[in-house]
Amino acid sequence: MTPVLAAVNYFEPWWVQIIKALVVFGVIFALLPILIIYERKLLGRFQGRYGPNRVGPFGLMQPLAEIVKFAVKEPFKPSTSVGWMFRIAPMIAILTAVTSLAIIPFGNVQRVLGQEVGLYGIDVSVGVLFVFAFSGISFYGILLGGWASGSKYSFLGAMRGAAQLISYEVSQGLALVGVLITAGTLSLTGIVHAQGGMWYFIPQFAGFLIFMTASFAETNRAPFDLVEADAELVGGYFTEYGGTAFVAYLFAEYANMIVVSGVAVSLFLGGWLMPFGIHPPGWVDPFVVLAKMLIVLTFFIWVRATLPRLRYDQLMSFGWKILLPLATLNLLVTACIVVH
Amino acid sequence: MSPYDPQSDVIEVLRAPSSSPVVGAYRVFGETLRGLKTTFARVIEGPHTIQYPEEKVPVYPRFRGRHKLHKFEDTGLEKCVGCSLCAAACPADCIRVVAAENTPEHRISAGERYAAVYEINLSRCIFCGYCEVACPFDAITMGHDYEMSDYTRSDLIFTKEMLLAEPIERTPLRREGE
Repeated sequence: MTPVLAAVNYFEPWWVQIIKALVVFGVIFALLPILIIYERKLLGRFQGRYGPNRVGPFGLMQPLAEIVKFAVKEPFKPSTSVGWMFRIAPMIAILTAVTSLAIIPFGNVQRVLGQEVGLYGIDVSVGVLFVFAFSGISFYGILLGGWASGSKYSFLGAMRGAAQLISYEVSQGLALVGVLITAGTLSLTGIVHAQGGMWYFIPQFAGFLIFMTASFAETNRAPFDLVEADAELVGGYFTEYGGTAFVAYLFAEYANMIVVSGVAVSLFLGGWLMPFGIHPPGWVDPFVVLAKMLIVLTFFIWVRATLPRLRYDQLMSFGWKILLPLATLNLLVTACIVVH
Repeated sequence: MSPYDPQSDVIEVLRAPSSSPVVGAYRVFGETLRGLKTTFARVIEGPHTIQYPEEKVPVYPRFRGRHKLHKFEDTGLEKCVGCSLCAAACPADCIRVVAAENTPEHRISAGERYAAVYEINLSRCIFCGYCEVACPFDAITMGHDYEMSDYTRSDLIFTKEMLLAEPIERTPLRREGE
């Protein structure tokens, strides 16, 4: 049997799933430091400077040096903190971020060494809901981390985070429903296959814009980085964190960026499909997805370099008064077209 | 009515007219796109960073850096005659001069006396240039050297030999009109 489509609920043997999990995890964790140095270098260029360029060739060893620095730091815990919550909060953050990575499809089902392997972690039938479920849990990482720190700034950051993430997840979800009813499936691989004729960012352009805007808020990126707000909250919910716990939060944030860009690529930018009817061999698919994700991530960085942080009331009124009605309108229009 | 009247308790705050939906939409999309264009132009433009230890900002000709003591070029005699006027003029009191008599067989300066000890404590010096102004023989001038950091304070006390020597590394000088 050679399934052309990645079949939903198609399960490989257990050992293939374990290898796939390790490969996806390894690749993404190798990408995280690269993404961090890429962001810092690119941010430098946007601001007329070089960015880090001292450690190693072109400063590319900078994240490595910093991770070593963080790893050898003392695990500091404030006396006012709630100990065990303070410790598990970063773990929740990183765990949920990494788990969401599992459903990003990197390619179609391929025959690898005589074995059918889907180039994705898992292909669950609830697809996008899986991402939303885990981004819902990831709030606990922020909330518990901020609250358990026992510090004013962390608490303020956590409270802002709770309000902001809940407000924008509504618009983010509604923006995706347009795609879901057009494709008629929740499975991310199914949605990619449904984009064979036209990538959904053309018919669902409004949805794409709303999704990207809400994603900036969901991943705590500028201009919606009120949760961190380094200028006013000295880092927000992770003010009191240092060493590896801080790295866990940092990696969780960047892993969330990768997840969101992966979802955007699969839902709006055609996943592993190439434009103009090019059909490369199957092993190219993951690189196509990674290249598209890089473009989305570059846009994230570009926006961070451009837009100033919103005021808190502006954030709320933008989310509830502009983004949510727009997303609802987009959903209604799409639904009418699909039904008609 | 003027926006601020000191006699009145009421202060009128001038506000921009409230924006229409069209203006709001323009602000959201138009201005955002304009901002994105502006930042992207910086990428095209390239970085403006001066890579300091490798590249240096050229100094102006009248830049007041580390002091230099001078000799006559023809005879090789020191210009300083040990008059201590620089030490007297120094507001930070960082110059120490001990003068000694020249003898015919042991002639160091062109004058009657010479500076046996000439020390400037650069950790005290405020680089005001008064010593240069006070000197009647142009024996001391302010150079262009500004990289003087060191690990111990005693290393910052520059002796006569160090001040007479040429700086190891030349500070780039700003050209005319640069």
